[in-house]
Amino acid sequence: MSKKIAEHTPGRKIFSSKIATVIVWMITIIWTVPTLGLLVTSFKTDTKILNEAWWNSLLNPDFTFENYKGVFLGDGSASLSTGVLPYFINSIVITLPATIFPIVIATMAAYALAWIRFRGSDLLFFSIFALQIVPLQMALVPLLLLFTGGAHIGSVQVFPALGIAGDFAGIWLPHTMFALPLAIYLLHNFISGLPRDLMEAAYVDGASHFTIFRRIILPLSIPGIASIAIFQFLWVWNDLLVALTFASGTEEVAPLNSKLASLVGQYGSGYTQLSAGAFITIAVPLIVFFSLQRYFVRGLLAGSVK
Amino acid sequence: MSEFLSANIPKFTSVLSAIAVFFIVLGVIFAIAGRANGKKARPIALTIFLGPALVLLLAGVVIPGVRTILFSFMNPDSNKFIGLGNYQWMLEDPNVKTIMINTILWIMVVPLFTAALALLLAIMLDRIKHESIPKALLFMPMAISFVGASIIFKFVYEYNEPDQVQIGLLSAVIKFLGFIPSDWMLSKPLNTFLLMIIYVWTQMGFGMVILSAAIKGVPSDIVEASSLDGAHGWRLFRNITFPMVKGTFIVVLATGVVGALKVFDIVRTMTGGNFGTNVLANEMYSQTFVQFDQGKGSALAVILFLLVTPILIYNIKSLRRERAHN
Repeated sequence: MSKKIAEHTPGRKIFSSKIATVIVWMITIIWTVPTLGLLVTSFKTDTKILNEAWWNSLLNPDFTFENYKGVFLGDGSASLSTGVLPYFINSIVITLPATIFPIVIATMAAYALAWIRFRGSDLLFFSIFALQIVPLQMALVPLLLLFTGGAHIGSVQVFPALGIAGDFAGIWLPHTMFALPLAIYLLHNFISGLPRDLMEAAYVDGASHFTIFRRIILPLSIPGIASIAIFQFLWVWNDLLVALTFASGTEEVAPLNSKLASLVGQYGSGYTQLSAGAFITIAVPLIVFFSLQRYFVRGLLAGSVK
Repeated sequence: MSEFLSANIPKFTSVLSAIAVFFIVLGVIFAIAGRANGKKARPIALTIFLGPALVLLLAGVVIPGVRTILFSFMNPDSNKFIGLGNYQWMLEDPNVKTIMINTILWIMVVPLFTAALALLLAIMLDRIKHESIPKALLFMPMAISFVGASIIFKFVYEYNEPDQVQIGLLSAVIKFLGFIPSDWMLSKPLNTFLLMIIYVWTQMGFGMVILSAAIKGVPSDIVEASSLDGAHGWRLFRNITFPMVKGTFIVVLATGVVGALKVFDIVRTMTGGNFGTNVLANEMYSQTFVQFDQGKGSALAVILFLLVTPILIYNIKSLRRERAHN
């Protein structure tokens, strides 16, 4: 009897098991088919894409790797003369520092807010928490102006032009800035929950805050840091707005996602390019998602149900 | 090939050296500051731990935010105050009216639909075997960029003339059902709702996962007790389950409102804001970076900010409540 009670979760009493199974799997199929369609399409020849629906291609398969070859290495067309490989590299070059920098800086700030009490620390925490909802759009133009022209009060230059617009540093920096509010909030949740005794014992032993941070906080926060890092990685990899604003669209700095967006609008970029290009773009996040799903879910839960 | 290498190897050296310099500087600062003791140790530690974050937040979010508010009262080049001109433009321009209506549609329809579907699935997932497989598949689109998702749906919404083969899934299904498909992206106001589906498709998994966790957190003795009292189905849901997960449901709704307000990538990729589908965030981008009118762009950004403020206030209130509890 007691075992039976333990099995009673709410869902078990609202729908019958059969109806639930059928509906869930129907929605799951509807949810998955569009991605499957893109995958199948990306292996079809140009004429086949236009003249045969992809679900029919499954019945008489005639697939090719040419699209991927063309998209990766360039197919000589105006829209993709050199291929997306440089953009793929840019995405990696943008994403790594734009994930590492904000998380290290946020972990440090979260530790200070949680364990070095000072007057106004609560107010500061609330202010940072509030900032996470401020739309990116509020900061774009002035930040771009700061990068290109420095800061002025009247006609007096109070801050020099950084000269990093259109440079990788000019993309790392805004991503770092915009990521901080949420990262600090989530890491604060995590770090403030660590056992007080540990910190106090170390402090009594004469350890400095820097030693405590390195020896206690960092090792114990790895699970929290990992889940937030996955989020930040996906966010930066999938971002379009920051990339469009701070990276010129060239193959020197622009990431894959913004190249993909520009392919959509370009006359003459065929469906082979779009489908294979899109799949290359989403492949990395999908691999990250499926291999690290556990951390991903944990990160979500840390942020929303506390 | 050698040309390719010479263009791309510097990228890797620059990223590796940037990361290395970052950690070396941090290590040196830690080593030096760690030696400080006595009265100065605490303020030094505070400055080093909090300083970088605060400087970046001030320079990257707070000050630019204030400047955007100022710009919204200025001319396109942001060098002359013009009063409320940009806001007046918003009230008078018929295009902006469409944009506002669409944006309001987005924030009313998308969050509710996302949250309701997420709750339904979360409840049913609790009821089935092997829930982790459908859960992962339903959750997967969250990892896909809006641009990627838009291209996926570009193929779903693809339309050919009625006498030709329909290669888009939606057109084929409509044809199969005996209706005549139309050029979906041109059909007002249906196109806006088709764009919303893309957003729901990517974001529903978020709500589903956190609602599913909340449902599993409902104590089973409460459920058991009420079902002994004869509560089943809808009554059990209304009286027990929903009240217990309401907080999480509101979080999903609020996240949906903020996300739907800021939607930009989908509209830009699918229609470029044409055919009556434009929204606030896309217009903000085009005014600023296509029309080069920083005044109008900034005013639109300010409206975006004003629209999220109620949620901001609500979030702060609930965080304070939560902290008072602990």
